[in-house]
Amino acid sequence: MKNRTFLQRIIGAPYIFWAAVFIVVPLIIVVYYSFTDAAGNFTLDNMKNLSDYGQIFRDSILYSLAATAISLILAYPFAYVMSRKREKTQQIMMVLVMLPMWMSLLILTYSWMNILERQGIVNTFLTKIGLSPMTLIGTPGAVIFGMVYNYIPYMILPIYSVMSKIEPSVLEAAEDLGSGSVSKLYRVILPLSMPGVVSGITMVFVPSVSTFYISQKLGDGKILLVGDIIERQIQGNYNYNSGAALSFVLMVLIILSLALMKLFAGEADDSLYV
Amino acid sequence: MKKTIGNIFVGLMYLILYLPLLVMVVFSFNAGSSTSVFKGLSFKWYVELFTNSTDVGVPVRNTLILAVVSAVIATVIGTAAAVYIYYVRSKLWKNTLNTVTNIPMMNPDIVTGVSLMLLFVFVGRLVGAVNSLNFFTLLIAHITFNIPYVILNVLPKLNQTDPHLAEAAQDLGSTPTESFFRVVLPAIMPGVTSGFMMAFTLSLDDFIISYYTTGTDFQTLPLYIFNMVKKPVKPHIYALYSIIFLLVLAVLLFTNISGMKDKKEKK
Repeated sequence: MKNRTFLQRIIGAPYIFWAAVFIVVPLIIVVYYSFTDAAGNFTLDNMKNLSDYGQIFRDSILYSLAATAISLILAYPFAYVMSRKREKTQQIMMVLVMLPMWMSLLILTYSWMNILERQGIVNTFLTKIGLSPMTLIGTPGAVIFGMVYNYIPYMILPIYSVMSKIEPSVLEAAEDLGSGSVSKLYRVILPLSMPGVVSGITMVFVPSVSTFYISQKLGDGKILLVGDIIERQIQGNYNYNSGAALSFVLMVLIILSLALMKLFAGEADDSLYV
Repeated sequence: MKKTIGNIFVGLMYLILYLPLLVMVVFSFNAGSSTSVFKGLSFKWYVELFTNSTDVGVPVRNTLILAVVSAVIATVIGTAAAVYIYYVRSKLWKNTLNTVTNIPMMNPDIVTGVSLMLLFVFVGRLVGAVNSLNFFTLLIAHITFNIPYVILNVLPKLNQTDPHLAEAAQDLGSTPTESFFRVVLPAIMPGVTSGFMMAFTLSLDDFIISYYTTGTDFQTLPLYIFNMVKKPVKPHIYALYSIIFLLVLAVLLFTNISGMKDKKEKK
């Protein structure tokens, strides 16, 4: 390639400036707030106080792991069925999966509240057919369900996109070589769809572990997740230092789990910058 | 047999996926003012929506303004950034840029929101501002999370274009600037458009980052809905989202049908 022209050199300047000031510096500020008190003096108290939230961190991780696992179990066969349809059907199915993503997740969560609440649609129906109403809102199940509902499209789409690229001839070859349907699944389809599974897991786990309105609305304030206490510290108590410490730990936690997953699943889908 | 089980499973999944949307549409026609007890059919919430008797007009307008402005700025900066990254030759610098670009996409929204808010508050304190959050901080936040998605859409298009194209244009007498605007830019235009569309919709939908970075004087639609917790959600908001649902459906069907036609023509 020739030497870069002047234009090619300066065209990136606005972005470099923007990324430095609004992506890199804010992360440094989070660290700064995590290790200082309200007056700006160095302290480790914010970090020490985090031990009060051990239970909440554990719950957040458990709930979002459950939501991720359920999403995977449901999304995988869904994507498989989808990828075996005719091309036109596949396109329509894909649009139908994406459509709820384009609606506000808040409004969908509200709608679920109306369906599940004490005087809600499910309980009205149960009472009408002579059964006693159930408490659905405010249970861990409702929160996990909300996570699965909101984020499952992010699991379906990447898995579908790798599966639709598997050539039918590859599957036929496996059959010709004597694979039954089980060994075809384990030895051909599963390994080939791994990159989609890995990005799906990331895209469901990260927003689930940091959500706060799903737990607020479907957990009825009874279930606290990391996102909730960050929100309380910052918007309720104006305790920016404690909120920063929580965000910092949440970020480290996510980086660690992503690194761990990469280690186990091999190289993730890095095709973003091909 | 296997196929039937598969189809039933997929059907059930769609049923659950669309159940809240169905409830939303049904209750938007509720004669009563509850969103869980149906009192009979009425169009009154749609009428209210358009006769200004609700306060939903301002957040709708705010949301649209914010989405358009942030998507335009993000598209300009992001496209330029993608071109720059494409021509960068130092591998280390290129990797650094890609990693930084990935940060807003990988970080949970709440961390992005909190980190930007802390920056604004920090700078606000330095200059002694009473209120450090306002429309501009919200706009900066939206541009920040939009840019990576524009880059993500434009870079693959640049990689697909023939690098000799720009050189050929220059051999034929264009200046580098001319060759960029007349050869490279048209070639990557589909990526720029899809980047813009993605930025626009992300901005429309965003709640979490907006929640932390906006001031009290600028409320977007998702924030308006969130703040309605204290008073129960009225069906007018369901009416509004039923209309949005129809619009989105129309856009998706339109782009997909035209997409199918494009494919056919290519064949």
